Amino acid sequence: MTLSKTSLNRRSFLKVSALAGGGLFLSVGWLAGCKPGSKEAALGMPEEWFRINGFIRIGENGLITIMSPNPEGGQNVKTGMPMIVAEELDADWSKVVVEQAPLDTDNFTRQFIGGSQAIRMGWNVLRQAGATARQLLVNAAAQTWDVPANEITTESGYVIHTASRKKAHYGEMASLAATLPLPENVQLKDRKDYKIIGTARKNVDAKKIVTGKPLFGVDYKKEGMLYAMIIHPPAHGLRLKSFDASEATGMPGIKDVFQVKSHQDDYERTFFDTTSFTDTVAIVGNSTWEVMNAKKAVKVEWEEFSTYEESRDWNGRKEKRTIPAGLEDEQEQLRKMGIAAKNARTVRKDGNPEDAFRSAAKVIERTYNGPFLAHNCMEPMNFFAHVNGDKVECAGPLQKPELTEQALSSRLGIPIENIHIDMTRLGGGYGRRSYAHWLIEAAVISQKVNAPIKLIYSREDDMTGGIYRPMYQATYRAALDKDNNLIGFHVNAGGLVEPPLYADRFPAGSVENYLAEEWTVASNITVGSFRAPRSNFIAAAEQSFLDEIAEAIGKDPIDFRLELLKKAKENPIGQNNDYDPVRYAGVLELVKEKSNWEQVPAGISRGVSAYFCHNSYAAQVVDLKIENGQVKVEKVVQAVDCGLIINPDAARNLCEGCVVDGIGTAMYGELKFNQGAPDRSNFDRYRMIRMSEAPKVIETYFVESQIEPTGLGEPGYPPVFAALANALYQATGKRLYQQPFAPQLS
Amino acid sequence: MATFNLNINGKTQIVDVDPNTPILWVLRDHLDLVGTKYGCGIAQCGSCTVIMDGNAVRSCSIPVSAAEGTKITTIEGLSEKGDHPVQKAWMEHDVPQCGYCQAGQIMSAVALLDNNPNPSDTDIDNAMNGNICRCGTYVRIKKAIKTAANS
Ligand code: FES
Ligand code: FES
Repeated sequence: MTLSKTSLNRRSFLKVSALAGGGLFLSVGWLAGCKPGSKEAALGMPEEWFRINGFIRIGENGLITIMSPNPEGGQNVKTGMPMIVAEELDADWSKVVVEQAPLDTDNFTRQFIGGSQAIRMGWNVLRQAGATARQLLVNAAAQTWDVPANEITTESGYVIHTASRKKAHYGEMASLAATLPLPENVQLKDRKDYKIIGTARKNVDAKKIVTGKPLFGVDYKKEGMLYAMIIHPPAHGLRLKSFDASEATGMPGIKDVFQVKSHQDDYERTFFDTTSFTDTVAIVGNSTWEVMNAKKAVKVEWEEFSTYEESRDWNGRKEKRTIPAGLEDEQEQLRKMGIAAKNARTVRKDGNPEDAFRSAAKVIERTYNGPFLAHNCMEPMNFFAHVNGDKVECAGPLQKPELTEQALSSRLGIPIENIHIDMTRLGGGYGRRSYAHWLIEAAVISQKVNAPIKLIYSREDDMTGGIYRPMYQATYRAALDKDNNLIGFHVNAGGLVEPPLYADRFPAGSVENYLAEEWTVASNITVGSFRAPRSNFIAAAEQSFLDEIAEAIGKDPIDFRLELLKKAKENPIGQNNDYDPVRYAGVLELVKEKSNWEQVPAGISRGVSAYFCHNSYAAQVVDLKIENGQVKVEKVVQAVDCGLIINPDAARNLCEGCVVDGIGTAMYGELKFNQGAPDRSNFDRYRMIRMSEAPKVIETYFVESQIEPTGLGEPGYPPVFAALANALYQATGKRLYQQPFAPQLS
Repeated sequence: MATFNLNINGKTQIVDVDPNTPILWVLRDHLDLVGTKYGCGIAQCGSCTVIMDGNAVRSCSIPVSAAEGTKITTIEGLSEKGDHPVQKAWMEHDVPQCGYCQAGQIMSAVALLDNNPNPSDTDIDNAMNGNICRCGTYVRIKKAIKTAANS
């Protein structure tokens, strides 16, 4: 056991608030309307709940509710995080029900999705929450039975005193436990004693999902609720000039049509506030269909805006940015990127790369391009809001509730204490729901019509609304000496509007002479986090390039990478290398073994790739063939090192998703601009991977690890782009430098 | 506005709506059956799939006026207790990630198996290709369909 000082803040340990029966429990949150799932029903609701801390409530009958602090968007944290609490609490998982916590900054920290960090950052807090509660129950038993606390053990929801043969379930001690002082130190379990962590536990919401229960923001309903949609500019570079709603307002079911301003002109934006379209037109009515129809009848005039400056507060650091005027086209964007690349700034330099390239016997140079991508969460952006005087109630799917709450408070002029945000399940996030302008729009609309409303974006509004994965470009150069040693490496990478580079990642640290340069191009097209930001492009470029170098020097692509990693381990070049060469090599070695790398089955083309991001490592081997001009991915074998695994089957599911999503994006994902307008707005033209295009088999292997949990929702995504490209090269003889790949294969 | 008599999940439901209203919005906004999801509105994603007279259809693209006289099953009507073989297989394989597309996936799978109890991989691909899953759960969906077929 490890002794750990309790670091949860005092407010998470409110004294017993004998919550008045199951009724109150059910009234928490908006799911009140839906019947308890079969598990709750079978277990029977307790008469009374005792709140042990912000995370845990225990009923007098032993039923335990564990609050899941973070929003759930498919990463399965709503199962995984409570598993960690339950482990240290020594609870019986079959008597645990999980509830989504609302945004509650007093009780929880870091309630957001992003960067695959929920489990990693929550690890200590969650364990302590469980262990502290367990200790309180032990102390309560000690007092009740008048025996020393250190003679009491716990097991699966029971406190036990063996000597006196006393045993009680947690529910019997809960009311006393909730009144006891907090222990100063708590014991954390040894890993060998884990009974819940590391075992496969089913998704706690599975039943609700497969029976169609209201779980998502779009499903939210409240008495008297109206439906709202917005019209935003059809192109970036335009803003609202005027609108004529005379026809629309007379249409059936329509209550009101008006302008919505999501931020005041002098508002200082922070990281996740977007500048896409501040002024929109809202249509409010009795039903979605009526609003959709009326929307078509609103006549809007748009105008080009002029170049302006915007100031941002990046966590205390102030920055001014110029947002250029104009209606952009792809050709123009590429031209600007070409110019910017020539004026890149150096972000890392080791050795003497200029000399290395001058003296090289051979130089390989390749340029890679990646297009804008839309997130395309299957649940379109939406939010419920009810502004009632100076009280605000909101519910819906979002990734960064804490930050959004501040922006909302500032926009409405209502203090944060008066704002309540319930977090519904997210029908996908992938970064898009970090930019919650729709929540602010919803609240502004509700305030104006003085009624609860649900704002929903149509698919078209969603896909053309900005916040794209940036458009990227990277040029790689490798210098080889006459003996085919890699003596120099140069990457020049940039994007519109953000650069994709991680200069300190592999192969930095493994090449004597290394140069990394980056650049950006300003644009009025808004970009944002997209599953594995930056890595989602740069991994594809870098890992395709390494494949090409390996081929040029006649080395096996895995051996080539392992040799570089060996150098990085034994004799690292430069400072700040941002990866662990041992863990990196570990996934390559594991994938090599599990894929049977050297024995390529007849008719199969094979490619490999590996990458490090979000503190984890992933390597993939893609096996494919081309049949009647169609790419058939027969099998993907992947090795992942994300530290300790909480819920292995759920982890595997997430890694499989990374592979499918990555292959789909690499093959088909793209969005271009004509005169500032996206060239596609729905799934008829924005191609998404479908069942017949998904790999037939995906095998996922985890490196056995003693390290604390690291990221999982993203690390498997970036490398698969290149594993696919490298396999396609084996199949077609054609290197792919431009995403998406599919248009180049026909 | 007009009145429509609908047979949904074995129950008669009367709604008074614009005849062009897609079945999807009648279900979601007027009948509180929100299990059927909106994803694209143009019959491209399958989120809104329901079973109409035995076939999987995209409820976003069929007006309510075409629904009278038909029998419609939604995800809520598949089983009383969530124990339809397809639902059970979905839970056994822990298919969902975000879960948003899954009601549509399940309805497509149910219609497939009702019409073809032992589908081949190609049959499954053909029946399921209209259902997009951005989370990428296709491999598990296929496994779950096979499990359900064998049960
Ligand atoms: S919402 Fe009907 S197919 Fe997409
Ligand atoms: S599970 Fe998320 S879209 Fe399918």
